[in-house]
Amino acid sequence: MANPNGIGASVRRLEDQRFLTGRGRYTDDFKRPDMTHAVHVRSPYAHALVKGIDATEALAAPGVVAVLTGADMEADKVGSLPCGWQIHSKDGSPMKEPGHFPLARGRVRYVGDAVAVVIAETREQARDAAELVMVDYEELPAVASSTRAVEGAAALVHDDAPGNVCFDWHLGDKAAVDAAFARAEHVARIDLVNNRLVPNAMEPRAALGEYDASNGEYTLTTTSQNPHVIRLLMGAFVLGIPEHKLRVVAPDVGGGFGSKIFHYGEEAVVTWAARKIGRPVKWTADRSESFLTDAHGRDHVSHAEMAMDKDGRFLALRVSTLANLGAYLSTFAPSIPTYLYATLLAGQYKTPAIYAEVKAVFTNTAPVDAYRGAGRPEACYLIERLVDIAAGVAGLDRTEIRRRNFVPAEAMPYQTPVALQYDTGDFAKNLDIALPLVDYDGFAARKAASRATGKLRGIGFATYIEACGIAPSNVAGALGARAGLYESAEVRFHPTGSVTVFTGSHSHGQGHETTFAQLVAERFGVPIENVEIVHGDTAKIPFGMGTYGSRSLAVGGSALVKAMDKVERKARKIAAHMLEAAESDIEVKEGRFTVAGTDKSLGIGDIALQAYVPHNFPLDELEPGLDEQAFYDPKNFTYPNGCHVCEVEIDPDTGVTKVVAFAAVDDFGRIINPLVVEGQVHGGLVQGIGQALYENCVYDESGQLLTGSYMDYCMPRAEDVPSFTVRTHEDQPCTHNPLGVKGCGEAGTIGASAAVMNAVVDALSAYGVTHLDMPATPEKVWRVIQAARPAPALAAE
Amino acid sequence: MYAFSYQRPKTLAEAANALKAEDAKLLGGGQTLLPTLKQRLARPSDLIDLSAIPDLKGVREVAGGLEIGAFTRHAEVGQSEVVRRVIPALAGLAGNIGDRQVRHMGTLGGSIANADPAADYPAAVVALKTVVVTDRREIPGDDFFTGMFETALQPDEIVTAVRFTKPDQAGYAKFRNPASRYAVVGVFVAKFGAEVRVAVTGAGPSVFRADALEAALAADFRAEALDGVAVDADGLNADIHASAEYRAHLVTVMAKRAMGTLE
Ligand SMILES: Cc1cc2nc3c(=O)[nH]c(=O)nc-3n(C[C@H](O)[C@H](O)[C@H](O)COP(=O)(O)OP(=O)(O)OC[C@H]3O[C@@H](n4cnc5c(N)ncnc54)[C@H](O)[C@@H]3O)c2cc1C
Repeated sequence: MANPNGIGASVRRLEDQRFLTGRGRYTDDFKRPDMTHAVHVRSPYAHALVKGIDATEALAAPGVVAVLTGADMEADKVGSLPCGWQIHSKDGSPMKEPGHFPLARGRVRYVGDAVAVVIAETREQARDAAELVMVDYEELPAVASSTRAVEGAAALVHDDAPGNVCFDWHLGDKAAVDAAFARAEHVARIDLVNNRLVPNAMEPRAALGEYDASNGEYTLTTTSQNPHVIRLLMGAFVLGIPEHKLRVVAPDVGGGFGSKIFHYGEEAVVTWAARKIGRPVKWTADRSESFLTDAHGRDHVSHAEMAMDKDGRFLALRVSTLANLGAYLSTFAPSIPTYLYATLLAGQYKTPAIYAEVKAVFTNTAPVDAYRGAGRPEACYLIERLVDIAAGVAGLDRTEIRRRNFVPAEAMPYQTPVALQYDTGDFAKNLDIALPLVDYDGFAARKAASRATGKLRGIGFATYIEACGIAPSNVAGALGARAGLYESAEVRFHPTGSVTVFTGSHSHGQGHETTFAQLVAERFGVPIENVEIVHGDTAKIPFGMGTYGSRSLAVGGSALVKAMDKVERKARKIAAHMLEAAESDIEVKEGRFTVAGTDKSLGIGDIALQAYVPHNFPLDELEPGLDEQAFYDPKNFTYPNGCHVCEVEIDPDTGVTKVVAFAAVDDFGRIINPLVVEGQVHGGLVQGIGQALYENCVYDESGQLLTGSYMDYCMPRAEDVPSFTVRTHEDQPCTHNPLGVKGCGEAGTIGASAAVMNAVVDALSAYGVTHLDMPATPEKVWRVIQAARPAPALAAE
Repeated sequence: MYAFSYQRPKTLAEAANALKAEDAKLLGGGQTLLPTLKQRLARPSDLIDLSAIPDLKGVREVAGGLEIGAFTRHAEVGQSEVVRRVIPALAGLAGNIGDRQVRHMGTLGGSIANADPAADYPAAVVALKTVVVTDRREIPGDDFFTGMFETALQPDEIVTAVRFTKPDQAGYAKFRNPASRYAVVGVFVAKFGAEVRVAVTGAGPSVFRADALEAALAADFRAEALDGVAVDADGLNADIHASAEYRAHLVTVMAKRAMGTLE
């Protein structure tokens, strides 16, 4: 590594200085002259008709500028929030796509659904007045859980979605699976729930709308992971504003975890209202609104079966899943329980036949969409819990059944029976590295030591593979995506040799300002502090798809490499001219252009100066300037994979589970910045552990959110997790992108929940427990122990 | 938050006077009151901030025990050398309330006046033969808590201090709500000569003394004496975090653990 800040260096995040000293600029920090404040009036009912809205009193309250409703939006021909993905049911019919309006029109469908917006001089005035808006609701029966939603007598969330079904989809070869089950020696079965989660980004959502009447231009500043996508969706489908008159800025964003990918109604409301009242309008969610209205994650109820031969080799997998989509389709909702879930059900195993059915239903709850991992944690959790059960059924050690069924490294590239083609991966190697990290051999002794103090110890494994680097546009399009999924980059050398990179990726905690700058520093040998990464402003960056699905480096980084290739090509031409050599004689290394076999050379800085001060420049062959743009559309998904091992200790007297050790071995392909990668893994693991032990979003039957604050929704704390042991290996680089990178943003979350739950079940196995739904709360654990007391194994002592 | 007027009196008399305003409310550490205001669940006309009244602050060693001013923050009690020496279990209790931020704001007076069924201090107030001192009288700790979020205080009464009796031995163990860090169940055991007091918070609508556990420990002051002593789940709290049955079970478990922390 020649450049101390190049590829492979643990460069400390350049952006942290501003974040840690409170100098980040978030949407709510922006203040405009004459700015007003919006507060939404939200439904307290899960399901109700809105028979009338009386704003008389609110309008008379101090400071109130306007009270606007769905009817006002309708009169202005404001459209429905669009869905970016279309799924077709088994019978070929398209999914049900009911209207989803920024302000409800005549009916509300979840607690938090917005019915009106109050705009006032101050936020407090808007809040005061919002309480004075009289909404005449007629409550309707509601349905909150997916299992209830499909019962015959359930209330209908949308009249045009019979049985509350949005789509009833399937993937795989049913006949082959049925045939395999018919000849199976062993069958493992499981029923499980993947618990619903609230994303809980540190920064709540916010949006600031502005309209400039002098030129008809709108600006939306918003907490988004993908400003260009918001501009397209909101401009083209909701408000009818052409792109050249709409600028969307996503400044510093304090975490997203998926919840800020989507186009939300509030963004359209403030943009539309800014023109209507002729003043900027800002809205910032409070934490209660975040709980109620950020798109939630997960919420699956599944049944799965694995057919095996007599040696525990997997013959076929059959899965049926009920997915809760909430009250309306959020932007990418239909793709999550389908193409980001069922396609991953092969996991790391060479199961030859797989059939998955997914029924997705509407309920009177907040919309559900991508949340860190998005479909893949659900797949991993299901497979890995089922594989543990399969080990029991087949009488094999849990590591052995995995080894026996791994897709071997030699079989790569490997075509799964569920659409994906894995490019690289050495799954046995991951496991081999992981076992000594947790001293697997010493586990029995540790378990005995725990037992001596009255505690139960368990160890659990999870292997995972995910499809990242989303996505080849042609594949995504064939699967129902209504957008391309490439990424863009522009590399602009300035006359004195400093560089600005414009990327369509968006950083909301991932550290792009550092890692992307490292790529430039490495390639051109420029000091890292001379590289600026610009993201998040549609007026500056080329059209790009933003950040989610662990795609920034794999897709955005690849676009950056392509743009740098173009810069280098042009620079070589300039160098050849300046050095009076043939282009083919120019050798390029880290930004130095040398005539082969001579000491004649130029640095990229000299070339950049020449490009902008073209006194002696090959003008008939080249334009001045050194500024290139590229779009990169991936050829395949990338496939990060790994093996997570968790050790827990349970106190049977209270049911409290403590994670005592956790090791994660991950294959992310090539690593650009090990420090950033480790940080991503740590955060992901904590979120995965959170789902397994603490986090649970609960609605009661009437659709009221019971876990609407941190007093009831339990987030994991630093003290709840052990010091992690994290390893990566780089000998299985991605074969189809120029950096060989796979992505690391979601991996921790994907593997961790399954590893924890497998450890919990292992600890409780003495009590005959084979499964426990997440989260493994103290009472839940205590109850299964009570139900089985006295445990055979312990009673024998 | 609705608008209110804010006052910061320097003496108890000024505070008592200010509290006469209709719908005036005292502000302790604000850890309960401010979130309530932010959620617009209360609408006081005036907030009387007690933080500038020197008489309400601090820990004093008095004959037979401790007197702690109502506006003494949990962190101060937790770290106080005097509390650690005289009633270490009380310092331990205060030092484990909520989290660091909460402990550096929340106050003893605010905690007991609020009488949250899941708060820790009520267990100590009932177990440690206390006297709650107010601006007009002294209320025995045993009579102070009257129900869920209810106390013997008059609406305009100000807690000024609590006097705790030094026990021979005492211990406190708490099963924390993993989300809020409040007590799902907290048990304070205190021994005064032949008398054993076991005060339970979190489990019921209000702090209570567990007779069966007291009897068992009075007969044999060892954790093992509690083996098989069950607490009735009837009337205990139930919520999404813990059923009444589980809470009943935890009372015995926490009582045993409190015995393990005796000092
Ligand atoms: C996240 C979180 C976690 C917490 N965890 C715990 C926990 O684990 N255990 C625990 O016990 N508590 C816990 N608490 C509560 C906290 O420790 C405080 O004790 C509690 O909020 C009240 O004290 P305060 O000083 O903040 O009172 P305030 O919120 O200011 O006031 C509360 C009430 O008491 C009244 N009041 C205040 N002072 C007096 C006085 N001197 N005389 C009469 N009335 C008065 C006020 O008018 C108000 O009605 C937690 C709080 C939070 C926010």
